[in-house]
Amino acid sequence: MLRILINALRTGVVTTRYPAEATVAPGRFRGAPVLLPGSRLPPPAVCPAGALSERFDSGGRHVALDLARCVFCGRCAVDPWEDAVTMGRDFELAARSREDLRIEVVADDPAAPTTRPLPDRDADAVRTSSEIRRVLGRSLHLRHLDAGSCNACDWELAALLNPVYDVRRLGIDFVASPRHADGVVVTGSVTRNLETAVRRTVEAIPEPRVVIAVGACGASGGIVGEGYASAGGVDRVLPVDVYIPGCPPRPEAIIFGILVAVGRLDARRSPRNA
Amino acid sequence: MTDLTLMDALRACADGSVVADVGPRPSDLTVRLDRTSDLPAAAAVLIGPHSMTLATVVATDETATPGGDLKIRYVFEPTAPGAPDRFVTLMVSMDAARPEVPSLTTIVPAANWHERESRDLFGIVPIGHPDPRPLVVHDGWPQGVFPLRKAFDGSRRVPVEPANEFPHLVAEGEGVFEIPVGPIHAGIIEPGHFRFTSVGETVLHLDARLFYAHRGLEKRIEGLSPIDAFYVAERICGVCSVAHGLGYCEALEQIAGVDVPPRARLIRSIALELERLYNHVGDIGNICAGAAFHYGTTTGMRLKERLQQMNEQIAGNRFLRGLMVPGGARLDLPDDLLRVLRATLQETLAGLDNLMGRIEANPSVVDRLDDTGVLQHQAALDLAVAGVAARASGVDRDARRDHPHGAFAGPTPPDLHVVTMSEGDAMARMTVRALEARESIRLVDEFVRRIEPGPLQVALAEPLPGGRIGISAIESPRGEAVHWLRTDAGGRIDRYHLRSPSYHNWPAVLLAAETAIVPDFPLVNKSFELCYSCTDR
Repeated sequence: MLRILINALRTGVVTTRYPAEATVAPGRFRGAPVLLPGSRLPPPAVCPAGALSERFDSGGRHVALDLARCVFCGRCAVDPWEDAVTMGRDFELAARSREDLRIEVVADDPAAPTTRPLPDRDADAVRTSSEIRRVLGRSLHLRHLDAGSCNACDWELAALLNPVYDVRRLGIDFVASPRHADGVVVTGSVTRNLETAVRRTVEAIPEPRVVIAVGACGASGGIVGEGYASAGGVDRVLPVDVYIPGCPPRPEAIIFGILVAVGRLDARRSPRNA
Repeated sequence: MTDLTLMDALRACADGSVVADVGPRPSDLTVRLDRTSDLPAAAAVLIGPHSMTLATVVATDETATPGGDLKIRYVFEPTAPGAPDRFVTLMVSMDAARPEVPSLTTIVPAANWHERESRDLFGIVPIGHPDPRPLVVHDGWPQGVFPLRKAFDGSRRVPVEPANEFPHLVAEGEGVFEIPVGPIHAGIIEPGHFRFTSVGETVLHLDARLFYAHRGLEKRIEGLSPIDAFYVAERICGVCSVAHGLGYCEALEQIAGVDVPPRARLIRSIALELERLYNHVGDIGNICAGAAFHYGTTTGMRLKERLQQMNEQIAGNRFLRGLMVPGGARLDLPDDLLRVLRATLQETLAGLDNLMGRIEANPSVVDRLDDTGVLQHQAALDLAVAGVAARASGVDRDARRDHPHGAFAGPTPPDLHVVTMSEGDAMARMTVRALEARESIRLVDEFVRRIEPGPLQVALAEPLPGGRIGISAIESPRGEAVHWLRTDAGGRIDRYHLRSPSYHNWPAVLLAAETAIVPDFPLVNKSFELCYSCTDR
């Protein structure tokens, strides 16, 4: 017992200050791809997850990236497209609608601006979820629901409870029963074999409730897509309030998404980092 | 045993013709049996006098090729430590209108789930199989629709039909209770249904229903280019991303006939050991959670988190995705990252030694683990159990030695200390993990010392040769995973099958749980720590 106490004191506090203080991901981290207009952008077939698309009009070739589908593999950012696409380090990507996760650039026109709808997510959140914020804002109890994930997103959710992220310090906790929950974090593309269980679990959560789709599979079907055994994303089965891109999203990206869901981001940022 | 005696024995037991070819690899043998009825006797020869065990079962639909039909391949491998690296495949063809094969489950218990899966996905009926229940497809799946047949369009969703309640295998009698658990669990874990029947706290029988996470990934991969398919294979399972990515790559590189450069082999093996390390360290923490030892739980979580942060530094992803590509390594490990790596591993080693010291000094934890969830040695052999679970029950098998891959496939492979124990309980499984984690740290250190400048990748010819088969076996954190891959005439993916270690180990969990009480099930389960996602695919 004494040894345990000494070890605990020696270890000290390992908990991050995120989101009060911003975090910079390591140099090799593959966050949101940055598409440079006017350069030779890759053809859609390059993307194994189908996140890239293109269309042609009088303005030229438009290339669009769907961050909800992106698995952040970096294949579009290697030779011969390394000048056209770079993997950025931004991981705070959660959004309240699929449209907000679409980035479109005009490939042939260097002057054309990148259309990335950058909504004021927090203002938007406050507007659309004032009820949720009023009822749940200070403390949020979530139920995890695995709808057929690869377990990576699940491990990152479990990591939120480790001493480094410790989301309980933010008033967020994971509960065992949907009846105790204010919302649900769903991982996986919703398999055929889980569809009934997913619906029933969410219906068991009292209203108002938030539904957060975590990771590429939950947000869009991801690399799994739609098929005989997979619905192709949580919003094919249930209304989704917030989408968190990533394959998997790193723990801080999930914290960011949960705070977007309850419109609480402003309150957590200390003034000097805001 | 020489091939000659093996072939003589196979010929002697078969009424029909027996044709043997070398393959898929030069050291392997593929035996075509003219008559399906010869299958049980041939399998008995392999598992009996030749002491082999079942590695995987692969069904294929070849009806689209001229003169084609449905085929099923039972792939066996030697079990003796130090036996040569080889697979022996028994292959039979079936009429697609009436595909039947005599079930091997009663003589090869490990074939049980494989045969049920082939029945669900291909409609291949294992005659005499003791369990008629579906495995992969659940309630409401239409009769007579087989999703892995080539004629089935895998991109569409299939209507749910009215269905009866699934018949669980339960014990009955006075005072016997049924306890249903799942598929949605109380913690942040994967989905599965467990049906206990118990008297008081004593488990009489445990039946499991899995495949809730069946995403149809083997169908998803069919028709893809080999490079696209890699990104799917790397995402079958989060916590086995490196192992499955590597297994797919090695099978593909066999088909392409290329040799991966030594530096890339070392980087891949470093990644494989790092994956084992963060899994094992995290699993030890989880076992502490099962035994209600909170200090151990948080310490395990903290050490695992440190390792995953390092993963992100070296691979850009906390699960090491993106470090390799078919043909080699995509990212190099420059000296500054190697220094970070070594320093983090020394820190981890100290933390792990300390954690194990606290566990072993705590009688209330040791008492929970000792004699809990015992897996008998013979059961581990019969079920072809893999990895930590097998070695903790005295089965001396490790694919890094038995089917060398990564840096172990080089000309001077490093020594590997395969850790075995005989007790077969939760304590043994935890101890094997702790010793293997230390071995992984030692191996990474050795790989880092061996790294020399050189190319990272070799180009794969496009398109790949058509109609070729590749097979690989990788020691993932949970044990041997067998990958079977075949290209179609155009060099795209015709069929890919993954047999994960968890696939063979789940039935062992059910046996081990029956030696424990109901409240100890979470502990027994965590001591095996199996994946649902790579079982269900």
